[in-house]
Amino acid sequence: MSVKEKTAPSNGSSELKLTKKSFESDQEVRWCPGCGDYSILAQTQRTLPNLNIPKEKYVFVSGIGCSSRFPYYMNTYGFHTIHGRAPAIATGVKIANPELSVWVVTGDGDGLSIGGNHLIHAIRRNIDLNIILFNNRIYGLTKGQYSPTSEFGKVTKSSPFGSIDHPFNPISLAIGSGATFVARTMDRDPAHMQQTMKTASEHRGVSFIEVFQNCNIFNDGAWTKYTEKETRDENVVYLQEGKPLVFGKKRDKGVRLDGFKPTVVSLTEGKYSESDLIIHDSSLMDSTYSFILSHMMEDPTLPVPLGVFRSVDKTPYDKALNQQIDDAIETYGKEPDLQALIEAGDTWEVI
Amino acid sequence: MAKPVESLKDVTIRFAGDSGDGMQLVGGELANTSALIGNDIGVLPDFPAEIRAPIGTLPGVSGYQLHISSRDIHTPGEEYDALIAMNPAALKTNIENLKPNGILIVNSDSFGDRNLQLARYEENPLENGSLDKYQLFLVDMTVATRNALRDLQLSAKVADRCKNFFALGMVFWLYNRTTDHAIGLIKEKFAKRPELVEANLLALKAGQSYCEMTEQFATSYEVKPAKLPSGKYRNLTGNTAIALGLIAASKKCGLPLFLGSYPITPASDILHELSKYKHFGVRTFQAEDEIAAVCSSIGASFAGALAVTTTSGPGVALKGEALGLAVITELPLVICNIQRGGPSTGLPTKTEQADLLQALYGRNGEAPMPVIAASRPSDCFETVYEACRIAIKHMTPVMLLSDGYLANGAEPWPIPKIAELPEIPVTFAKNPESFAAYLRNEDTLARPWATPGTPGLEHRIGGLEKEAVTGNVSYDPRNHEYMTRMRAEKVEKIADDLPPTEVHGSQKGSLLLVGWGSTYGAIRTAVEHKQEAGKSVSRIHIRHLNPLPNDLADIFSRFDKILIPEINSGQLIHVIRDKYLVNAIPFNKVQGLPFFSSEIEAKIDEILGE
Repeated sequence: MSVKEKTAPSNGSSELKLTKKSFESDQEVRWCPGCGDYSILAQTQRTLPNLNIPKEKYVFVSGIGCSSRFPYYMNTYGFHTIHGRAPAIATGVKIANPELSVWVVTGDGDGLSIGGNHLIHAIRRNIDLNIILFNNRIYGLTKGQYSPTSEFGKVTKSSPFGSIDHPFNPISLAIGSGATFVARTMDRDPAHMQQTMKTASEHRGVSFIEVFQNCNIFNDGAWTKYTEKETRDENVVYLQEGKPLVFGKKRDKGVRLDGFKPTVVSLTEGKYSESDLIIHDSSLMDSTYSFILSHMMEDPTLPVPLGVFRSVDKTPYDKALNQQIDDAIETYGKEPDLQALIEAGDTWEVI
Repeated sequence: MAKPVESLKDVTIRFAGDSGDGMQLVGGELANTSALIGNDIGVLPDFPAEIRAPIGTLPGVSGYQLHISSRDIHTPGEEYDALIAMNPAALKTNIENLKPNGILIVNSDSFGDRNLQLARYEENPLENGSLDKYQLFLVDMTVATRNALRDLQLSAKVADRCKNFFALGMVFWLYNRTTDHAIGLIKEKFAKRPELVEANLLALKAGQSYCEMTEQFATSYEVKPAKLPSGKYRNLTGNTAIALGLIAASKKCGLPLFLGSYPITPASDILHELSKYKHFGVRTFQAEDEIAAVCSSIGASFAGALAVTTTSGPGVALKGEALGLAVITELPLVICNIQRGGPSTGLPTKTEQADLLQALYGRNGEAPMPVIAASRPSDCFETVYEACRIAIKHMTPVMLLSDGYLANGAEPWPIPKIAELPEIPVTFAKNPESFAAYLRNEDTLARPWATPGTPGLEHRIGGLEKEAVTGNVSYDPRNHEYMTRMRAEKVEKIADDLPPTEVHGSQKGSLLLVGWGSTYGAIRTAVEHKQEAGKSVSRIHIRHLNPLPNDLADIFSRFDKILIPEINSGQLIHVIRDKYLVNAIPFNKVQGLPFFSSEIEAKIDEILGE
């Protein structure tokens, strides 16, 4: 039984007496002043007390990169591992002890480049991990090379003539890998991030969250269009379950589907009303819809969706594995005879 | 009139055929039957890396060699007394090691022009007198098998696939083996296809009848049971021994077993075997790659499991960085390297001992890791058990070296009593008052094992250098030097735990052979022969390769010369020369094959000036 299932939903935080402070470690935070990582750390520390999970059951596992220093700053069990391998290590933690709430902290380089293989396979298996990918579209810790999410043509230290790599779309990749929970949030919207983390934690199986995160040193302003008050409303659409995709400062625009193609329509010209728009449904098992949403990012005429793209139920790997073990124990008994096992097959006595 | 039976002390038999001819199956069955009769056995499965190389070609030949004895033996034999060659390619690749006047049974049906050409024979060796020095038996096995199965009305293709059991039937007659076990095997293996049960049983019987009825075979042979120490025995391969040893260790230490693994020859059988034992709480995780396999095991160890990863040399290369992580985070972990011929993909199905230096040094930075090696198939059980004990007691990754020869080889195993195996105590940190992540045990220098889920012990570990005691990240120069020394000293201290090294033979003398790993049988046989001949030769066999036992310097000082035979170009010898400043003599073979004891005997003679 996983942590999430057996946890009673009501006012757990007061029972456990956990606060943001409970999750702050004694280590000095060493990200650059102004880094988006500070917000993600703070939102995590604000969210965990509300999940009704005892503090000792949290494990934060990270790889290498700026984001991956995260576990040192959380007063939980933590494991700062090696580049790209956090999903694999977290998988072992979760299989060995399914009672734990296991979180993976990774970045666009760690998770999508060197660790791409582990990320897609952890997602495909639907192992009950919460994966947070800090996407700043740059290698920060190695001081500014283009990353797998850097835009085509981006000039960096390692691409003085412009990057000729085509970027990954992390949400599309996660959906393509069979993710059962996919969401996007951003460092500049604390309330939304907290809500997203809480929803992700409550999901059974793998949860993948992409966070738009600003690296103010090597890639400042990568997400400004979406994160800043002045431009956000015109460029972002918040996904709300069962609600039409409406956006704009005056909520005067919407997104409707023209065949497979999302288009922006005006809600004030009289031609379209909210009933013509996409009504968000993250529970569709078929991933076509969530994949279309994920691709809105590629079209500059469309707003970028934030929120939960997809949330469906499939048996998590860890649950299935433990079910097999329970079944085997039921069949063969709880205390199987090891002596009988090593004496199995053809034996003979030498007198 | 019954034919005469001649008694032999021991016999070496080799089956050779196409990869699809089922040589491994019948060879293994002859081994099992002989073990059950009470013989001591040694086996050498020798097969190509290709699952099915083109039929009839030289690269497609698969062999199975078996040494059956009425004495206690330690090798799969050298030159064989009998060769069963199912086609020209099998004859060509195996005839060289058949003893003069040895029995050569050939499936003459397969010696058509096409097969001769595929085997690169310019003329038919069955007709040109080139095989005159052997007892050549031409048997039309294909036709004889088809005839035997005629009533079943199977297709020729299906009937022809039964000829391995025809061949086994002949060998059973020739060496007076009982068929009960083989009959059981056929019934079990083909349970889902009753027509194949019948067909193979008929083929087995037909092979026996053929020898009994025709005048070709005048004599049969017997090998009496060996006088092994009393007890209950089973036949055991090295890979099965590792699987069982791990389950035993898991049970003894009370921790659930976690295996993270990625399929690789010749280690995959351990994954197959362990994945059966869910009722023992065994969690097997077939990872997406070698790196994920070891990383998942490191994660499981952090969470408090007995964590293991199994692989071969190329996999160890990929796991290197993660092994460094296990070293610096000081977590218990067992890495089983079932070595094969290298470098790169090398010789996947052939044996080699060429990963010793990789095991000792193959990581970035100074990352000391205990290394131990199994010496016989059944010794894999004890050795992996010992690896688990060291890993847990000393909070360290431990690398176990086996190899293809041990992995696929089999021998009778006196089954131990689980209750009598050494205890493996586990202590998890519980008390927040006295806890610090890198506060070391005074005796072992091991750090505490504090698993997630324990209230009050929340802490962070990772690959960055640790501050002594607290385990916090530290870039302090002196701390780094201190921690580097601590990690080394912790591993060195394991030597204090080791039993004295056993010197077989006189305790001092002219020559000491120093072996490790799967050269055990060949070295032991060679040394015992020379000792019987009155030579001043002794031997030691080293299980613990890092740290080495404390008494080696003393032992080396008592011998004039030291000889180190290895299935590599000389690896242990580097370590020995470096550490003890002794002028040891190397003896090396790098052919993907184990030593013959005669090769070692010749080397001993050379050194002793015979």
